[in-house]
Formats: sequence, structure tokens, C-alpha cells
Amino acid sequence: MVYFEMVKTALKTVLSKPATILYPVQAAKKTPISRGHVVQDGSKCISCSICVKKCPAQAIVLDKEAKTWQINRFRCVVCNSCVDTCPAKCLSMDTQYTAPATVKGIETFTITYVKPAKPEKKEEPKT
Amino acid sequence: MTKQIIVPFGPQHPVLPEPIHIDLVLEDERVVDAIPSIGYIHRGFEKLVEKREFTEYVYIAERTCGICSFIHGATYCQGIEQIMNIDVPERAQYLRVIWSEFSRLHSHLLWLGLFADAFGFENLFMGAWKTREKVLDFMEETTGGRVIQGTSKVGGVRRDISSERLDRMTKDLDDLDREMKELTDVFLHDDSVRHRLRNVGTISRNDAYHLGAVGPTARGSGVAIDLRKSGYGAYDRLNVQVVTDSCGDCYSRCAVRAKELFTSTDLIRQAVKKIPEGPIDVKVTGAPDGEYFMRAEQPRGELVHYLKGNGSKFLVRSRIRTPTLTNIPPLIKMLQGCELADVPVIVLSIDPCISCTER
Amino acid sequence: MTMDKQTITAIEVGKLIGSVERFRNEGYRLVQIGCTKVGDLYEINYCFDKDYHLDVVRIAIPAETEVPSISGMYWNAFIYENEMHDLFGIQVRGMNIDFKGTLIRTAEKFPFSKPPVTVTKGGKP
Repeated sequence: MVYFEMVKTALKTVLSKPATILYPVQAAKKTPISRGHVVQDGSKCISCSICVKKCPAQAIVLDKEAKTWQINRFRCVVCNSCVDTCPAKCLSMDTQYTAPATVKGIETFTITYVKPAKPEKKEEPKT
Repeated sequence: MTKQIIVPFGPQHPVLPEPIHIDLVLEDERVVDAIPSIGYIHRGFEKLVEKREFTEYVYIAERTCGICSFIHGATYCQGIEQIMNIDVPERAQYLRVIWSEFSRLHSHLLWLGLFADAFGFENLFMGAWKTREKVLDFMEETTGGRVIQGTSKVGGVRRDISSERLDRMTKDLDDLDREMKELTDVFLHDDSVRHRLRNVGTISRNDAYHLGAVGPTARGSGVAIDLRKSGYGAYDRLNVQVVTDSCGDCYSRCAVRAKELFTSTDLIRQAVKKIPEGPIDVKVTGAPDGEYFMRAEQPRGELVHYLKGNGSKFLVRSRIRTPTLTNIPPLIKMLQGCELADVPVIVLSIDPCISCTER
Repeated sequence: MTMDKQTITAIEVGKLIGSVERFRNEGYRLVQIGCTKVGDLYEINYCFDKDYHLDVVRIAIPAETEVPSISGMYWNAFIYENEMHDLFGIQVRGMNIDFKGTLIRTAEKFPFSKPPVTVTKGGKP
């Protein structure tokens, strides 16, 4: 017959520091590889639309004409799939979680990447 | 004859946040029959397989459950690997074991906390979740996600754990063991806990087996079914101990889970000792053509992923049979003949995960 | 990888009860009943397990064929049979607990009996 088995643990908890942190005064803990939200670097994006195809939540829309890359943060499940498959390495995972919002919106990034004129460079050594 | 009345239990009930509805047929305070109904949150994941490539479906399979997500993802991947005859590198298999066992720790600690809450031991609930936080921290540190790990992929794993981290693991596990010992001592030895749970919701060994109980629900009744024993992944190279208890009541199911915490840390220690250096994934080409019933042990019991491909990028069928679905018939058997006041404890004792069940 | 062995046997609907009875007598437990739509036929897999060996009995039926319930031998079969009825629209005869289509309430009736979604090259269905 054992009673009050919990007392020892309870006393220890009372006398030690709180296990929780004072969020938001104190920042939430995160690690260098925490999956927070996806960020796109418009200067590197080659508009290949692989991320659009590989997105399991269909959160990404790429418009080649308008040169925009859009992500619906409320659809995105932060699975890292697009970051893994991006051939140009223009997508990265930020450790900060998406801020809370009152309306569902779409975040738009502009693609500023200009295709370098490669063929001309090739011709130069020949001549 | 006493007049029979029907009392609805759920779909919203303080004891569990998930929507399961049970119609309890009562005679005075005694439950004579229970009729379950689910289907409040059916999400149609299985149909989604026709629209997503098999390599992307991992992310969806993983999100079937918010607690044992890693094992869902890994089981799906193992099923596909089995159909396509992919030899997964040793290191990846061991990493899967490590993460799977950490998910089990996380799930069992979560459940122990909720269970303590259900029988009215608030302090113990907080204690269990405090310990669980350490497991989640490890998850986030190695995979980037606290709950949805997302590290399994067809052909291996997506992230490696550095050898320095693995070396430090043994010390971390010792600390965790010490903390869990303190916690489980309360569950196993405290008389107020025992008094509340002994002889509540008893199910015999025979009933548990024939009604298809799996996991701790079966093992609590003395049925030694543990799919890890069948040796999928790297489990065939590890010494898996099956914890059983013979009484078949709520206390037994609680004791099985409490003791399984230590078999999980033991398995992680073994895996850390044996893990070889090497690549963590292989390149996957082609598409699955064939079918396989992949079975794995989840914290709640046996999980079945039935996968069928026809040689295209899109699978024809994925059927996920989660442990809670098969634990519902034994639950009904347990409820028959119990007191109304015990119903919440009994329902929680099978560790119901309704979101899992409804895919 | 060493994996558990599994055998799949295709049988006719008429022989279902007989072979399930044999499993029951040999002490197998029911793992699951799952349905798959293949073309116009519905494949129903009855999975049984004993000592980590999976035995699968398969029947293939057209939509209008009635399937006899095995809930007489395996009491827990009702949950799968009701699911099969609610999602695929398969008629099961003689279930011990018949929910009559209310176990899983779906907005669309029998969603899994609809033809599979074909995906075009652009990734859009």
C-alpha cells in the first residue's frame, strides 16, 4: 500500500524553476532546422514550377507571364517538399512560424531572375 | 425489468477532444449495451492517393495522425519499398527505428497524461506532459518538426542524425529514464490510482483476441501481439521485448503502456549502439506495380497500409487500417456491464484516436 | 529486408463463408476487410493473421452482388462491413450491427465507387 507517491515529485516541482516559458515576453524555443515557413528568393527562381507540382497541399501558384510566385500560407503544410526539390535552390525554410492572421491571404513574391545569355558566351571561345 | 434509457456519450465530451459518439443503453447506472458511431470527421485521405504522386503521398500518409505521424509515413514508405524491391540502406532503417521509438515514447507519455486527467489526477497529467516535452525537443532538434517529423521518404530518410548527437543520446536517455521512472512509479504503485482502475473495463484474453484487439489493448489482456516481433525494418536485428499483463482491466492497459516506455528507450539504446555509417537513402526510379499489405506496430497497436499500384506514378488504392478502428469492437465488449461513471475511463483506456480512424 | 509472409487466395463469393469458417476454427484473428475498385469490379480483401503470418482471402464482385456478412463468425467484422457499405456502396447481407449507411456520413453518397480521378500532365485533375 503506497499513498502519496506523487508528493516527492510535486514538492520538487514546486521548489524548482517553472517548466514553461513566459511566451511571448520570452521567445519560443526553436532549433536551427525547425520548419517555420517557406521563403522564396526571387532573384534565383528559374520558374521551373517543380515546386508547384511537388506540393502535396497545392499551396503554390506560379505565374510565368506575371513573374510571380504565390503561396497560400493557410494551405501550406510546411512539409519541406518544395525546398528539397527546388533545382535552383531559391526556396528555403525559415525557422520562424507564420504570424497569426485574421484573414486568409495569399503571399506573393516577384521573380526578378533574368536568364543569363549563355549561348553567346559559348560562341566566344570558338571565334 | 428495469426501464432502459439511452444516454449519448459524445461526440463532444470533456474526456477526449475527438468526436466519437456512443449510445449507452442503461439499466439504472449499469451499461447494458453500447452502440458506437463515427464519421464526424472523415477526410477521404484514401481517395487522395489518386491525385498525388506516390512519392508525395508520404506527406499525406504522415498527416493521417498527429501523434504517431512518423510511423504512418515510415510504414507507407516501407510498403512502397516492398512493392518496388528497394533495398533501403542500413543506416536509414536504424534511423527509422530511433524516430519510431521516440514517437512511441511521445504517444505513450501523452496518453498517460490524458489518462491521469481522466481519472482526476491533474498533477500527474502535468508531470507526464512535462516529460513528454523532452521527447518533443529531441524530435525538433533532429527532424525540424515537433509533431509532424516528415523525415521518411520512399527509399530512405531525408535527414541524418550526426554521430556526436547519437553519442550524447545515451546520457539523454538515462535522464529520461530517471524521470519516467518517477512518473510510472505513481501509475504502478500509488494506491489511489490502482483503486480507480482495477477491475474496471475487464476484457478476457479470449475476447480480446477474437474481437481483433491490437496493441496495448490486446497486450493488457495477455495477448502477446507485437508487430515489432515480426521483424520489419531494423527490428529483426534488435531484441524486442513484448510487455504483457494478464488482468485485462484498465490498470493492466495502463501498466503495459507505462512499462513499454522503458522497452522503447532500451530499443533506442540498442539501435544507437548498432547503427552503421553509410548513406541514408537510395535513388528511386520507376513506379510501383503490385500490391502489399504493410503492417507495423504503432503506439496504439497494429497498423495496416494496403498499397496497390498499376505501374503509373499514381497508386490505385491505399487503404489505411488504423489500430483504433479495430479496437472499437473490444471497447464495446468492455463497456457492456460497466458503471456509467467508468465509461470515460474505459473509452480512454484503449487510447482512441478518432482522426486516425477516419483518415 | 525480411518481411512477414503473406498469401493471397482468390475465391468465389459462394465459398467465402466456408473459408472464413476454416480460419475461425484454426484460431486466426481478423485483421481487416478492405475494398478496392478495379475497373467495374470490387475486390474485397479479408485479411487474417496468426503468428504474424497474413492470410488474405479475396473476392471480386460487380456492384450489384450482395456479399454475405462474416459477422456471425467474427463479431468485430461489422465495423469493416459498414465502412465498405458506406464508402463503396456494397450490399452486405446479415450484419450483426447494421448502421444502414450512418457509420460514415459523407456529403456524397458512396464516394469511393466514383471512377478514379485521372490526372493530366499539368498535375491538375
